Amino acid sequence: MLARRLRSLAVAALALAAALPAAAQEVLRIAYVDPLSGPFANTGEGGLKHYQFMADELNRRNAVPGVKFEIVGFDNKVSPQETLNVFKQIVDRGIRYVAQGNSSAVALALSDAVQKHNERNPGKEILYINYAAVDPDLTNSKCHFFHFRFDANSDMKMEALTTELAKNPKIKKVYLINQNYSFGQAVSRAAKADLKRKRSDVEIVGDDLHPLGQVKDFAPYVAKIKAAGADTVITGNWGVDLSLLVKAAREAGLNVTFYTYYAGFAGVATAVGEAGVDRMKQITEWHTNVPSKELERINVEFKKKYNLDWWFLRVHTATNMLAEAMKRAKSSDPVKVAQQLSGMKHQTEFGDVEMRAADHQLIQPLYISTFARSAAKGGPKEVRFDVENTGYGFRTDVRIEPYVSAQPTSCQMKRPGK
Amino acid sequence: MEFLVIQTLNGLSYGLLLFLLSAGLTLIFSMMGVLNFAHASFYMVGAYFGYQVTKWLGFWPGLVIAPLAVGIIGMLVERYGLRHVHRHGHVAELLFTFGLAYLIEEAVHLVWGRPAVEYNPPPSLDGPLFTVFGSSFPIYRGFMAAVAIAMLVAIYLGLTRTRVGLVIQAALTHPRTVEALGHNVPRVFMLTFGGGSALAALAGAVGGPAFVTDPGMAAAIGPIVFVVVVVGGMGSLAGAFLASLLIGLLQTFSVSLDWSLAGLLRPLGIAPAGGTFLAEVLNLTLAQAAPMLPYLIMVLMLVVRPRGLMGTRET
Repeated sequence: MLARRLRSLAVAALALAAALPAAAQEVLRIAYVDPLSGPFANTGEGGLKHYQFMADELNRRNAVPGVKFEIVGFDNKVSPQETLNVFKQIVDRGIRYVAQGNSSAVALALSDAVQKHNERNPGKEILYINYAAVDPDLTNSKCHFFHFRFDANSDMKMEALTTELAKNPKIKKVYLINQNYSFGQAVSRAAKADLKRKRSDVEIVGDDLHPLGQVKDFAPYVAKIKAAGADTVITGNWGVDLSLLVKAAREAGLNVTFYTYYAGFAGVATAVGEAGVDRMKQITEWHTNVPSKELERINVEFKKKYNLDWWFLRVHTATNMLAEAMKRAKSSDPVKVAQQLSGMKHQTEFGDVEMRAADHQLIQPLYISTFARSAAKGGPKEVRFDVENTGYGFRTDVRIEPYVSAQPTSCQMKRPGK
Repeated sequence: MEFLVIQTLNGLSYGLLLFLLSAGLTLIFSMMGVLNFAHASFYMVGAYFGYQVTKWLGFWPGLVIAPLAVGIIGMLVERYGLRHVHRHGHVAELLFTFGLAYLIEEAVHLVWGRPAVEYNPPPSLDGPLFTVFGSSFPIYRGFMAAVAIAMLVAIYLGLTRTRVGLVIQAALTHPRTVEALGHNVPRVFMLTFGGGSALAALAGAVGGPAFVTDPGMAAAIGPIVFVVVVVGGMGSLAGAFLASLLIGLLQTFSVSLDWSLAGLLRPLGIAPAGGTFLAEVLNLTLAQAAPMLPYLIMVLMLVVRPRGLMGTRET
């Protein structure tokens, strides 16, 4: 016992000695909480790589003098329960920044945990960077001061998507298929409401909800879509749930247009191949063929380093805004940083974005794009970058200005006094 | 009618793939009493080997080499791992295969990375096999079904018409007697485990192009295989076959039925108010519950008839 105590003392002394010369340099850790094992491991792993890359970028640029960013990955297996356990570890390790994105069910649990923790532990607040969970509730009824969403929420995306969809008179019968949890339900709800408002003549011929990550064979769903006579499918599916769906559609020769949220990420392009050309669309805040100097460089370097495509512009935006907020606050204290972030305007290469103070929802331009052959494969010359080395990439259909997709909010936020 | 035919075909072909997967598991269980948690991992390794060999030599060699290679790995695992653990009883064996599953998953991460790999059917199997009422049925699904049926026939003949098969069957009911008669039971164990793993790998090499080949595929398919084996009856090949088809068809058809309890009650004049918890439960459609149904059946089966449809042992 005594020996052990002595040893731990010695270790502590050594650690202290090692830390002393670098005292000027603060290590700022961001906990990255997403699935790093199981069916959605590739999705979570992809996000982690994005954050690690951005941390290296910020450190190299010395974006916040005296602060060195470090990303610590935590596996939550996309389970809200597991996430709460992970959150305890994060608190115990004294990490003050949390980034999460996969699954709104997880986000709701985490956001709630963060809020309660911050209320009960003044001086130890944690700031939550939500980079991909898009359930509208998170910035409406469930909003709070320490939650910041950098992705457009699902209602905003649906608003933009249906505005475009409504212009196409060929669309008559729409089929909705989504994952059965808060996000998938929100997509289905918004699609029905928006279409009714904008194109009451469009018939909704199906509205399926299936469990998240459980369906191995989508052929029965595809047969159902076909039997319903749909010409368009709207889906918020992501990861393996989308790849399997489009693959089954391809095999059954289903002749419909897919309007998706996540076609460009995590294996979908690989699964769909030629069958997706001109038939698969996505709505995102950006894609690799939107001309850009900075993101082009990042995409190329990222691919060289991890053999992955850059997909989350919002990780770039979020980390840069975070660094900017720290610089302005002259502190890395989450309360001061949050006060700077709230209402912050930020310039990107794609226009100005704003972290709306009322609900901490980022208001940003969106792009609708269509799956196309890459220029190297004889496609349009603007498709310079393919995804997942498939020879297929995305071509912009239309850019949606921020005011089109911005939605009113019911958020009533309590702010800490300055 | 059109819908019925297409869905039946979908259900049968999915059920046959399930059978291909569970045949190996049930074989290993009946022979050795080992519930192999790593079975789905061998399925995954089979898919990845198939993918790798396809890249080097082509799809068809992959279909042969992947099961052989995984079969050899399976035998090595039995010879140098499981056999030593066997002494410490069933719990140790379970834990061993459980750990093995994790090990294999990590190995796959290291070698092939986490994103999905591009493992597609060869051009000769890509396209519609036939068209019924304007809906095409992919050649590849037909191919999957054919492989599964060929496998069933081969296993059946192997078990009933060959010497090794007879020994395996005898060992199912009287392991000690078989040993006393001078058969090298450990070697038969090794071959069975290798053979079972090879079957899983074959299912992987065939199923990988049909679905998605990624490190999550083992975790995704694992539980359903156990359902098939439990429902069919532990150790019964015919039971596994029946259960696979049953579950394949059941899942396919329940997806297409938007029936709910609320719909059932409506003619009786009972309509739950919207927004309440009860209404949400009652409005749950069969389509939404479809992926849960196999597990429900498994639980019911364990309650009502623990030995499964065609199982012989009450364990």
